[in-house]
Amino acid sequence: MEFLAYFGDVFTPINFGLLLLGTIGGLILGATPGLSPTMAVALLIPFTFRLEPAQGLILLGAAYTSTVAGGAVSAILLKIPGAPANIATTLDGHTMAQKGQGARALQLSFIASAIGGVFGVLLLIFLTPVLAKWALAFGPSHLFWLAILGVTVIGSLDSSSVVKGLLSGCIGLWLATIGFDDIMGAQRFIFHPAVSGGINVIPALIGLFAIPQVITMFAKGRVSLDAEVLTVEKHPIRDAFREVFRRSRALSIGTLTGSVIGLIPGVGGQIAGLVAYDQSKKMSPERDKFGTGHSEGVIAAESANNAMVGPSLVPLLTLSIPGSPTAAVLLGGLLIHGIFPGSDLFDNNPDVAWTFINSMLIGQILMCIFGLYVAGLAAKVAQVPNAVMAAIVLGLAVFGSYSVQNSMGDVYVMMALGTGMYFLERFGFSAAPLVLGLILGPIAEANFIQGSMIANATSSVGQYFFTGPLNLTLITVVVASIAYSVWMELRSRRYTTKDDAVKKEEAIS
Amino acid sequence: MKTLLAAAALGLTTLATGAFADGHESFPERPIMMMVSYGAGGATDFQARIVTMTAGNEDALGMPIAIINKPGAGGRVGWNWFATQADADGYTLGAYNIPHFIAQSIEGGVEYSADSFEPIANWGADPAVFVVGADSEFNSMADVVDYAKANPGKLTFSGAGLFVGHHIAALQLEKVAGVKLAYIPSNKGGAGAMKSVIAGEVLGGVNNLSDAFRAQEAGNVKILGVFDLERNEFLPDVPTLKEQGFDIDNASVNFRGVMVPKGTPQPIIDKLAATVPTMFENSRVAGKMKAGGSPMHIMTRDEVLAMWAAREETLKELLAGL
Repeated sequence: MEFLAYFGDVFTPINFGLLLLGTIGGLILGATPGLSPTMAVALLIPFTFRLEPAQGLILLGAAYTSTVAGGAVSAILLKIPGAPANIATTLDGHTMAQKGQGARALQLSFIASAIGGVFGVLLLIFLTPVLAKWALAFGPSHLFWLAILGVTVIGSLDSSSVVKGLLSGCIGLWLATIGFDDIMGAQRFIFHPAVSGGINVIPALIGLFAIPQVITMFAKGRVSLDAEVLTVEKHPIRDAFREVFRRSRALSIGTLTGSVIGLIPGVGGQIAGLVAYDQSKKMSPERDKFGTGHSEGVIAAESANNAMVGPSLVPLLTLSIPGSPTAAVLLGGLLIHGIFPGSDLFDNNPDVAWTFINSMLIGQILMCIFGLYVAGLAAKVAQVPNAVMAAIVLGLAVFGSYSVQNSMGDVYVMMALGTGMYFLERFGFSAAPLVLGLILGPIAEANFIQGSMIANATSSVGQYFFTGPLNLTLITVVVASIAYSVWMELRSRRYTTKDDAVKKEEAIS
Repeated sequence: MKTLLAAAALGLTTLATGAFADGHESFPERPIMMMVSYGAGGATDFQARIVTMTAGNEDALGMPIAIINKPGAGGRVGWNWFATQADADGYTLGAYNIPHFIAQSIEGGVEYSADSFEPIANWGADPAVFVVGADSEFNSMADVVDYAKANPGKLTFSGAGLFVGHHIAALQLEKVAGVKLAYIPSNKGGAGAMKSVIAGEVLGGVNNLSDAFRAQEAGNVKILGVFDLERNEFLPDVPTLKEQGFDIDNASVNFRGVMVPKGTPQPIIDKLAATVPTMFENSRVAGKMKAGGSPMHIMTRDEVLAMWAAREETLKELLAGL
């Protein structure tokens, strides 16, 4: 309960002002495609040079929490996931926005984010020492199995058939091999200087999701410019709260999955949303509605990606190991003030550590308030005529891809992948499994190589990867997940032809 | 039309040469950009941001320096870009990491070598250290080598990747001690390598002194030796490898500094080489670096040139056997 003693520090005029600034700024940065939470925090670091340590961290902590949530805005309204965390939000969120329920989708996403986020921070406050051990328990073999578990999710994720889902997952896995290999430094499939650094996930994400939509909008825009304008339904905030709590299954699955996965160094943030989405889809009686603008999808995905924020800082604050790229940037922010995170951080600098954590707690709530305020206004975006909208989305897509590492090469990659995806979508393939393959490929590969190097030096590969309770548990879950997908496939025989895919598309738009 | 074009071209040329003739005295006239070939938040990026923060002062360059990150493939992406595409006009600086880029150029497959760049000044030197978990039975480098002799090829230890300082240190240790070790490169840099030591996935590791210092303060690791010529001010109690009977020099020390692409006008190089070391000496810079646990080591252009040449020779010899 020590953290309660430092709550006062959050509410001094300067600190609270910084908290507001970080929250509002974070929402705006997060809503800008291409500006991932990591980059937003890195951009703010220079501003903290002249602040007190606690003040600097308040700014960074608030920005971190609200950029993660802000990413939902572009994911829902523009179908551009600002960061990998928001991929799952596009699946149902954007479909809702297209039906004129953008305000509802945004409200649900901000409320779910806040609930998940508060839960995650509370875990950080109360369970840090226990969680630190858990974070360390994942070695190369476990991370490998975890990545394989992610791959098994691919089949059932937002695709009209398991086979097509797996096929687009494989395309993603192949794309992930392009560039210098992570461990040995070997060059693979480098046919153009733009891909020598591999395919960066963020430009790929923007291209795969936004470009097919831009092409569709341009194609339609000429035929019916005005017919597309739809009425945006107003949605009372009270109803949104009621709905979130009514969907308690999606909310609790999202929150728990996000917290657990967020804890694992190096994997967490990227796949928390997708895994939570998939799990709540599998456990929901209304699983057929997922992907057609179902509120459970938005709630699960957004509660998961904010729940991951708190636990993802556990390895940093207790062991001084940054578990995610954003945590690495935050470490820089701490070091610059001469504060070394570690198990004694809470003894040596309690004022800084607790004020930082408290500010994330308050930040979640402020984020929710501001988010709900803008939700109604932002949803009007759906009324913008198609042709104009397409131009805006295209502009943002180019800007977002370029800004990741100031490279035109990334813009070419984004355009090429996006154009390819347009044609794949015509044949019933979807972008989410492809991106998941792109993210999981390097994790599975690098951990397999590291694991087998350790195994060869100490025991044998078989023993290293197939013994131990954690390995066996993960393997069991992998087998169960595959069995479930096969069973579902056999039961419902979901065949998709080109005509079905076009029909589905028409039904949505 | 043709004459008009010719006249315009002539005019442009005169303008350009005119600007060039007197441009060097007033350099820099606009903000400068510095490329860092590692991601935001890493040690190189973090230090680059600190040492350039006073660039805008009147007694320094008088213009701010903006950091641009081009991460990927252990730095190869950024340095490839810097060698082939960066403008050689003095407004595009780059951060170098020695021995990384020289070792990579010897290994091959990249478009740069030490001849592609002109050093300006060095700001830091981060030696590699040998770390083991806090509860490890190893208490000195002799314990480690004895274990490796008894179990050839079974001593697993982590480092930040292949052909970086940590890997060079590992190769030196293998060569000098005459043992076979199992070096496990991490794909997540020094932080990933440190995590595997603390979690007990490997028996030991080579890591950056600055990161190991923090991990030791937190009670997570023991530091057994420093791969440098003398002890470090952050760790006065930890002996060097040489003191422990292993003849290892400072070839693995991670030197960080500023460079420009080959072809940058000599007057601009001279101006930068004169100003940048004094900019590093600023007391605010030194204070922030010390607070972050980052050892500073300021060297002028001539000293860096000599250091690059010496490194290249050692590394060629060391990597020849691979």
